[in-house]
Amino acid sequence: MIRVLIAKPGLDGHDKGAKTVAVALKNAGMEVIYTGRRQSVDQIINAAIQEGVDIIGLSILSGVHLEIAEGLMAKMKETGAEGIPVVVGGVIPKKDIPLLKAMGVREVFPVGSTFDEIVKVVKEIVNKG
Amino acid sequence: MQRFACLREAAPAEAGHAGVGGERAEMNSLDDIRKKRGEWEKGMLAKNPVSPAKTTSGIGVDVVYTPSDLEDFDYLRDLGFPGELPFTRGVYPTMYRGNPWSMRQYAGFADAEESNRRFKYLLEQGQTGLSVAFDLPTQMGFDSDNPMVRADVGRVGVAVDTLRDMEILFDGIPLDKITTSFTINATAAIILAMYLAVADKQGVPMEKVGGTLQNEILKEYIARGTFIFPPRPSLRLVVDIIDFCKDRVPRMNTINFSGYHVREAGSNAIQEAAYCLSSAITYVEEVLKRGIDIDDFAPRIAFHLIVGLDFFEEIAKIRATRRLWAKIAKERFKAKNPRSMMLRLFCGSSAREATLREPLNNIIRATIDMMGIVFAGAQSASILSYDEAYTIPTEESALISLRTQQIIGYETGITKVVDPLGGSYYLESLTHRMEKEIRALIDEIDAAGGMLRCIETGKIQMDVLKNAYEIEKRKQSGEIVIVSVNKFVDEQKQDEEIVLTKIDPNLSKKQIERLNRVKAERDNKKVERALKVLKEKAMSTENLVPSIQEAVKEYATVGEICNTLREVFGEYQESVVL
Repeated sequence: MIRVLIAKPGLDGHDKGAKTVAVALKNAGMEVIYTGRRQSVDQIINAAIQEGVDIIGLSILSGVHLEIAEGLMAKMKETGAEGIPVVVGGVIPKKDIPLLKAMGVREVFPVGSTFDEIVKVVKEIVNKG
Repeated sequence: MQRFACLREAAPAEAGHAGVGGERAEMNSLDDIRKKRGEWEKGMLAKNPVSPAKTTSGIGVDVVYTPSDLEDFDYLRDLGFPGELPFTRGVYPTMYRGNPWSMRQYAGFADAEESNRRFKYLLEQGQTGLSVAFDLPTQMGFDSDNPMVRADVGRVGVAVDTLRDMEILFDGIPLDKITTSFTINATAAIILAMYLAVADKQGVPMEKVGGTLQNEILKEYIARGTFIFPPRPSLRLVVDIIDFCKDRVPRMNTINFSGYHVREAGSNAIQEAAYCLSSAITYVEEVLKRGIDIDDFAPRIAFHLIVGLDFFEEIAKIRATRRLWAKIAKERFKAKNPRSMMLRLFCGSSAREATLREPLNNIIRATIDMMGIVFAGAQSASILSYDEAYTIPTEESALISLRTQQIIGYETGITKVVDPLGGSYYLESLTHRMEKEIRALIDEIDAAGGMLRCIETGKIQMDVLKNAYEIEKRKQSGEIVIVSVNKFVDEQKQDEEIVLTKIDPNLSKKQIERLNRVKAERDNKKVERALKVLKEKAMSTENLVPSIQEAVKEYATVGEICNTLREVFGEYQESVVL
């Protein structure tokens, strides 16, 4: 069974997207752990390692996606967790998608992405490794 | 024979049936209407079949409404007159005929200087009050120099660390003339204390200071997320503010019972109203426990609800909520002053219905919402700016929102008559139905131990999530139409780039420099002493506002004050069950 960590970094409290996607993944047969809001990069990585997840999904709506992804990806390398794939969803301008991917983010789901797409891509990423 | 209460008393039976086209045409009995309706359904409607329809809350919608949908309707009992119980038609006798609503666009970003400039601009453009947006660190009790929050400094609102920021924020704005609405919850007592201190420096005494504090912490656990402490000590702070202000700051609206955010988080209109009223019941009960009379504080409470695009349901929801609050205040809490029973309303347009694609269409959406707000009878309004689906508004988009309100208020005729949709068979029938549904949910929450308990067990959060997920699925399947997103999609426009409002990258640096200057200039001994007293009071049951005032006056920071309280109250740890 695919294990997913859905994380809500930073102070932004808008977690409807994070939670509804979590439910969609759960309904698709995955085991989903949601961190709750206001998580630091360290807390997210610790949770991912402790829970032994196959993939991390970050939900970011406040415009700080580049800063947070950069910090998280660097810390993942430091802690040897870089093997866990990371995807990002939220209010992400198109021009930032290549920047996120260059940091090592595997996929980006901007506003408008459907549950079906997200489920499909998450499965592909985890199954292909 | 049952008669439609709106019409004249029917003639005695021996006077014969009212003939069609005759002088007594208006005296159709309900039986006549019901019979005719049955015939019409079997004839005309059967020949023109339609698929069933529902409101967004799932209430079935007929093709047409008639007096037969209002069998138990009683004009004087259910509607009455504006400014009188049960306030269905509005809380004031002439509503917008004399004065339009208060137009308050939500504003605030970057630092105090920038926001002060925006405030002055909006006031020059005819805005009648201020509404302050704070950045997340300020709302959650962190100072701008906290490394965890640096990316969020000044991002979604103005950064306030100390009284110095508030002095700059309201520089040149006379606090005896302008009222200010603060979207502030966990740190509401600190912001209140700072605002009063600024007023004092302007020579304005507390009793002349007017405004509104959101101060509604319960919905933060369900939706918005800017909580700091666990629910119970948080509730104490809320009540401390209400208690403090009732005699000393009598023009301050001390709490905004809020359904808005829970709706945005995914609840339906019935849940929005019911959770809002159930929270209101919880707060009122907490205040009453202190031996305060309902009529000593209820006239200063207000409500914050949403009006979205499901036009009639939203208007019906607000009329029903107004009627319900009047009944709750009068019957449950035994209020005597009619002002305690008035649901004074700050209304917002819907943000979740704004789209990121073809964002200018959001101006149209907000205009429709704003008309709904007027028909619903709000006392003040803030509508979404077209770019807010993805960023904080620019000066241009904020101005369009204000202009939208002004055009509706001054160019259209819809403000001349109070509750002009009142009496519509559909609207009255829907208002009744909404009232019934909302009341049933309030009863359910009462039976489950009240709102606080239902938040602690996660029941409310779970129910909201369930609804949010269903709505999202219906959007993705196209069942809920979103123009330009899932219907009438212009593929070329899908590639248009959104532009996020630029935030000065040096902002947090600038803000931290100011904070450091304040810390260097203040008397740190006095700050320490004030915080020590605050900690002692927090461990007692005394009202915390006076000691927060003392700390604020010594330029203690928002973070220092909250850390002091964290030591006593602890921090709330969210646990989420999916």
